Amino acid sequence: MHELAVCQALLNQVHTIAAEHADADVSRITLCVGPLSGVVPEFLERAFYLARAGGPAAHAELVIESSGVRVRCRSCGVETEATPARLICGVCGDYHTDLLDGDQLVLKRVELLQPGVIPPNKSAGVQPCVKHVDAI
Amino acid sequence: MCETCGCNLTAGNLHIAQAHRKDGTTAVEVLKDLMSDNDQQAAHNREHLDSHGVLAINLMSSPGAGKTALLEATIEALGKDLRIGVIEGDLETENDAARIRSHGIPAVQITTGSACHLDAHLIHRALHALDLDSIDLLFIENVGNLVCPASFDLGQHRNVVLLSVTEGDDKPAKYPVMFRAADLLVLSKADLLDVLDDFDTAAAERALRALGRDTPIIRTAARRQTDLDSWLSWLRENSEAHREERRHFRPVTNGRPFEPLRP
Repeated sequence: MHELAVCQALLNQVHTIAAEHADADVSRITLCVGPLSGVVPEFLERAFYLARAGGPAAHAELVIESSGVRVRCRSCGVETEATPARLICGVCGDYHTDLLDGDQLVLKRVELLQPGVIPPNKSAGVQPCVKHVDAI
Repeated sequence: MCETCGCNLTAGNLHIAQAHRKDGTTAVEVLKDLMSDNDQQAAHNREHLDSHGVLAINLMSSPGAGKTALLEATIEALGKDLRIGVIEGDLETENDAARIRSHGIPAVQITTGSACHLDAHLIHRALHALDLDSIDLLFIENVGNLVCPASFDLGQHRNVVLLSVTEGDDKPAKYPVMFRAADLLVLSKADLLDVLDDFDTAAAERALRALGRDTPIIRTAARRQTDLDSWLSWLRENSEAHREERRHFRPVTNGRPFEPLRP
């Protein structure tokens, strides 16, 4: 469960970007997390909603895109789909392959709110306190 | 430009990438590895180790696979030929560092609290607690865990993964990220193979090869000195190879003399 550490590294990068853009609020963060990255997207997401508090990404949405796993065979040169525990060539079955896709752990995009724009989900997670007055 | 992945971002078209959108947001294409902070520190650690001619080996395995026992046997066998140092990673206790120190070897214990892995920043701090000029071979015994340590570069030169024969022979298939990271797979406690009928070394090798890896596999039995030969040869060969690389080593300093960073 190292996803909280990964999440803190993510937020460090995001906070730097927000600071470079006049401390803008962050509305959305897009990551690419491959099945061989060693990170579980669900855990990362849970960690994110805890770790984002109190900074420019406090109301940001996290979008995690996944990739497939692809290998290129060093023997026959063909590129084929693979699975995390079976990275052999899909055509000739040789295990001398290079991973082309599947181990990414990348911050792709940060979306910032332009100055003066109120975050659409500013109150997300915290219900506004409403005073109920019964009609007489 | 490519809207999907931002693969052709340049200084010339960055303003397009950061275009204001109609919904009041500005999108900044980043495409940076999430581990880049750790990786930069790891690169610095490696440079620091190289400048002192130290070969660093990151030992990883499940808890109880015999990392400390293998280190103790290695110290007994090689301690006179090579100057060894050890960094120990555990959640709690100084026990492992104390075991190593009892052999007269410098050891720094990192206690991570609840963290399940070592990272490059923790290693950097530990490196400054060691006299690297009096060490040829530095073992970093990572936290016993087949998941998280695989994601963190520490600045090591080689990754060694132990798989004890009391575990399942399908471990490489279950933990592909860890076993893909190995430069050497050690089947430890191999003296028990005689009495175990459920660990198939050929199956373990097949599971490793299925990960697309040519990684050499050796057997060790820390309690039987004769079963350490291939491990000790691998260590000697790699120390020699690293010394050879070091002879050609020139730190990248942009023309300035190399100055190691302070902790």
